Amino acid sequence: MTRYGLLGRLYVGLILLFLYAPILVMAVMSFNASEFYQLPVHLSTVWYERLSQNTEILAAAWRSIWIAFVVTGIATILGTSASIALWRYDFPGKPILQMLLFPPIAIPWLITGTAMLIFFFGIGLGRGTPSVILGHVALALPYVIVVVSARLATFDRALEEAARSLGARPWAVTRAVTLPWIAPGIVAGALFAFAVSFDQFVVSYFLSEPGDITLPVLIYSAIRKGFTPEINAVSTVIIAVSMGVMLIAARFSKFGGER
Amino acid sequence: MTEVRIEGLVKTYGSAFALDNVSLTFPHGSFFGLLGPSGSGKTTLLRAIAGFVVPDQGRVFFDGEPVEALAVEDREIGMVFQNYALFPNMTVAQNVAFGLAVRKVSAADQKRRVAEVLDLVQLGDFGRRKPHELSGGQRQRVAMARAIVTRPRVLLLDEPLSALDRSLRVDMQIELKRIQREVGITTIFVTHDQEEALTLSDQIGILKVGKLIRHGAPLEVYENPRDAFTARFLGEANLFEVLSSSNGYHLADGTKIEALPSTHGDMLAIRPEHLVVSVTEPAQGPRLRATLIQRIFAGAIGSCVIDWQGHPLKATGRYQEFSTLPDQGPVWLSWSPDQARWVSQ
Repeated sequence: MTRYGLLGRLYVGLILLFLYAPILVMAVMSFNASEFYQLPVHLSTVWYERLSQNTEILAAAWRSIWIAFVVTGIATILGTSASIALWRYDFPGKPILQMLLFPPIAIPWLITGTAMLIFFFGIGLGRGTPSVILGHVALALPYVIVVVSARLATFDRALEEAARSLGARPWAVTRAVTLPWIAPGIVAGALFAFAVSFDQFVVSYFLSEPGDITLPVLIYSAIRKGFTPEINAVSTVIIAVSMGVMLIAARFSKFGGER
Repeated sequence: MTEVRIEGLVKTYGSAFALDNVSLTFPHGSFFGLLGPSGSGKTTLLRAIAGFVVPDQGRVFFDGEPVEALAVEDREIGMVFQNYALFPNMTVAQNVAFGLAVRKVSAADQKRRVAEVLDLVQLGDFGRRKPHELSGGQRQRVAMARAIVTRPRVLLLDEPLSALDRSLRVDMQIELKRIQREVGITTIFVTHDQEEALTLSDQIGILKVGKLIRHGAPLEVYENPRDAFTARFLGEANLFEVLSSSNGYHLADGTKIEALPSTHGDMLAIRPEHLVVSVTEPAQGPRLRATLIQRIFAGAIGSCVIDWQGHPLKATGRYQEFSTLPDQGPVWLSWSPDQARWVSQ
């Protein structure tokens, strides 16, 4: 290896250290018997046992999961349909519409959340789980469209034309030819949508009702009251799940370019 | 078998004409080649027959029935695309069966007809392969099989051989011709390759910037080009501007030309194979003084690059005929008057 190789590896090592050291500390502490982060670590699963009996945390976790699934379903179907329509048809105002899809990714969630809160009160929906789901769908939709559209960009239009020339009607063309091709993009988009919803704090915090909160909101309130290693345990579980989901998503979006 | 007729097709993109009032009949069972450079509108014409392009004006008839109101999927066409457009997620057999499946043909009939057509294109054992496991020539034949298995009224081929390398292309030309003859479907194909057009077609049409400028049997069009574009695009041609004066027709250097009885046009076109190069002056017939620039040996056929009055000319022939010529220097060019054609500019 050259000197550049050594320097480069040191650099990458430092980046990984800064990224993962805090997470690692938290994960280790979730397995430490001491409540006050005393060293050395005495391995114990006591916090996980406490977690499994904490109905408040479990209820919030369950709510987060089912909301994430509902959001994923809605955002993936809407986003995929929108991507196909944007790819297949030309209509007046299409460039403007496509441009309008991106700001929700860039606008800080704090502002989006405030705006949604005002809006939902304005239309009389107020706070609550329906508002949370609508808010999450709005946040997740652009991600799905971006990922599915990227995959569609690699799709050969002649394949659809070939299917039509063989007598297939538009829906049959979509089902037999288009959907199989963009399937990896749809899966990756769905995983992004799931992650956006499941990890969502700001918008959930603004839109959920006190008795009806999601896991990230619960963790935030718990920390404000006083920190317990139970939070380390549940955070470790969330990180494990989120990282798993994102790794699968990355794998599928990488497939997007090949095949 | 179906006769395809188009009447007064016009298609514009912005202010540019892709098709400029094109009318043509494709006789049933014919193998019709549409030939033209890029931008000539030949692909637009093919796609208008398929239904992918909606013409601004004009009509398309299959066996006398107008088809403008029919969507692509209802026109009962077969089409082979430039890059074959095989469905990558399906096997060869599934690709070929696709058109039958959407027509709700029974599974047993699908299987039998797929096997038949794969045998016809000599890919009987390839049904289970995926498209990416096939060579270019094999993909081409799968695309062909997929297009003809539904017994379409008309078969449309968009530059069917352009993605293949040269030696394979020649094999596939013979193969395509055989398949078309066996199934007898009216076939319209688009190409920019004049050799391909001459080899495959029994009728050709030549397009230039959206206009159909000539159509007919390949040999007839080759032997009697009536315009300079056709003479140069279908084969090669040496073109001489003809001037007229009180004492008849002559070329720029004063060489006298006899007018043919059926003269039309203002240029003389002479194919390279009809131009005779010699060191000594021919005893009779039209002849020119010119300069030999280079002799090129290319296997059985050789060619000479000649300069005449600043115009580059070309003569081809068996190489032995040229072996007595010097490498370069002054030469005589001559031709037999019945090989020269008058063409319009």
